[in-house]
Amino acid sequence: MKHLRSVNRKAQRVSRHVDSENDVVALQGPPQQPAAAPHIPLGCSLVFSPGWEADRNGGTAGLCQPVERDLFDCHTGCFWPAQVPDQLNHAPDWTAKCAAAQKDWRKIDLVFP
Amino acid sequence: MSELALREFHSFQAGGKDFVYLVPSAAVFELDDASSAVIHRLRERSMTRSDLARQLSALFPADEIQETVAELMRARAIGEVGVPEEPAPKVMPPENFPLTTMVLNVTNQCNLSCTYCYEYGEDKIVDTENGKKSKFMSEQTARESVDFMLRESGENRLAHLTFFGGETLMNFPVLKTAMQYARQRATELGKEVDFSLTTNATLLRPEIIEFLAENRVGVTISIDGPKEMQDEFRVFKNGSGSYDIVAPKIRELLKRHTSRPIGARVTLTSQTLDIRKIYKHLTEEIGFWEVGFAPVTTSPDRKYAIANEGFDSMLAQFQALAADFLQAALENRHHGFSNVKDTIEEIHKGVSKAYPCGAGLGLMGVSTDGDVALCHRFAGSDAHKLGTVRDGIDRLVQIDFLEKHHIADKTDCSKCWARPLCSGGCYHEAYTRYGETARPNLHYCEWIRGWTDTCLKIYAELSVRNPKYLEQFDDKVEYEASPVS
Repeated sequence: MKHLRSVNRKAQRVSRHVDSENDVVALQGPPQQPAAAPHIPLGCSLVFSPGWEADRNGGTAGLCQPVERDLFDCHTGCFWPAQVPDQLNHAPDWTAKCAAAQKDWRKIDLVFP
Repeated sequence: MSELALREFHSFQAGGKDFVYLVPSAAVFELDDASSAVIHRLRERSMTRSDLARQLSALFPADEIQETVAELMRARAIGEVGVPEEPAPKVMPPENFPLTTMVLNVTNQCNLSCTYCYEYGEDKIVDTENGKKSKFMSEQTARESVDFMLRESGENRLAHLTFFGGETLMNFPVLKTAMQYARQRATELGKEVDFSLTTNATLLRPEIIEFLAENRVGVTISIDGPKEMQDEFRVFKNGSGSYDIVAPKIRELLKRHTSRPIGARVTLTSQTLDIRKIYKHLTEEIGFWEVGFAPVTTSPDRKYAIANEGFDSMLAQFQALAADFLQAALENRHHGFSNVKDTIEEIHKGVSKAYPCGAGLGLMGVSTDGDVALCHRFAGSDAHKLGTVRDGIDRLVQIDFLEKHHIADKTDCSKCWARPLCSGGCYHEAYTRYGETARPNLHYCEWIRGWTDTCLKIYAELSVRNPKYLEQFDDKVEYEASPVS
């Protein structure tokens, strides 16, 4: 904001919100992630991603994700029941030997409940 | 091309600058010359962007006007004609909202007979005299109340326990038991309890003062000013004034109890409406750290009720004392006019209230029998009961109350720019005036708007001339209990 000075804390919040508002995010610049934003898995059915041409920040780096990436995100970051052992409750060490999914995905073993 | 028009805000000037207070967001913005000019033009009539740019072309380049319009639109200070404003959604508080303050009415008996009293006077709502309600809270009920408070405080680490009456100190033994028990239980649960009380000061004795000081109990004294004003209404049963009894006791308390600031709470009536004199007496001559004022709660036909001209006079006097406050704040000196400080703190945080206060939500009052009510003023009233300390809060009753008292349903308030801070005003005041807690207090709207405007100006002026002063309102992480009256 150039013409309005935020005086109280609510005005500062309004300004931050207004300054981050843009109609079209993709391709306007580098992806900007607010510092405290939660990790949202790419291509997850819970997230509205406009097709696969761009992610929610307008980034194009994560297109055509390998299936291992999906596994990982559903395993760690998601609260939604998925066909993947969940780290939170049942399989905390499932990916312990898998430092880089692209390389080590064969080390992820089956889990029997 | 669509026309632009003003949206909802209150504009004011302070420190030689233009400001807006946006409603309902409660954001305060300072305008520069361009935004001020845009708002000024749109106040005369609505117009298109190009008309606006043409009218202001001598003063500002066109792109600067476009930029300003975009900013004002995004902040929702202006909008397009025909595009309806999004109504503020009716957001209900989360379920099982934690209790932050419990006000314990340890007795409903009092050794004074203040004529205007809402508990004993002509406008009382609870039958405190005919033996239907216990006169004193038992130790057992006090302990059960403490358990209730800690249970209902949820994940909060800190709970506030405020003792009230009647005259609180008429049941000092139970107050002591409750404090001791609260400390012990809180420690076991890894919590902390902050204690405070309100008293008329008649029963302060050296050992009580010692106890309050040692235990860091926050104390609010109900007192109306110098002798002639105090003795007008705050009298004993035989009609004699209480000033000569309380003044020396208060001085004794202020001398010994220095672990927390002690405040005076003044009830204003049509007959005792000299605010500067009261303030000066209570701070300079008696030594209070802070003084808070509130008009008497009463039905309008009482002699002592403050009516229209009374509110005007009260506002003018509040403004005069507020000017002293501003001067002190600009010089980084303390000033004890707590009404201003409380309001500018809310302005600083940008509070936009769905409810006028925390009653029935984060604050509840407990009667001598252990009935839980909206607040201490309703404690013991069956019509305003939310549960009991033994059986807990009746959540259905509570939700029903919160549904019916939300600002979104107060039609009278929907066009008022002061609603983010006022939200319709005190439930008890409304009940006394109109017989209904959900009614907005329309008899003092002008006064509320006048006072809010005054505090906005003080706040804005401080933001220009001494912004450092306002930083004290940034860091308060813990909720602080307000004095109860």
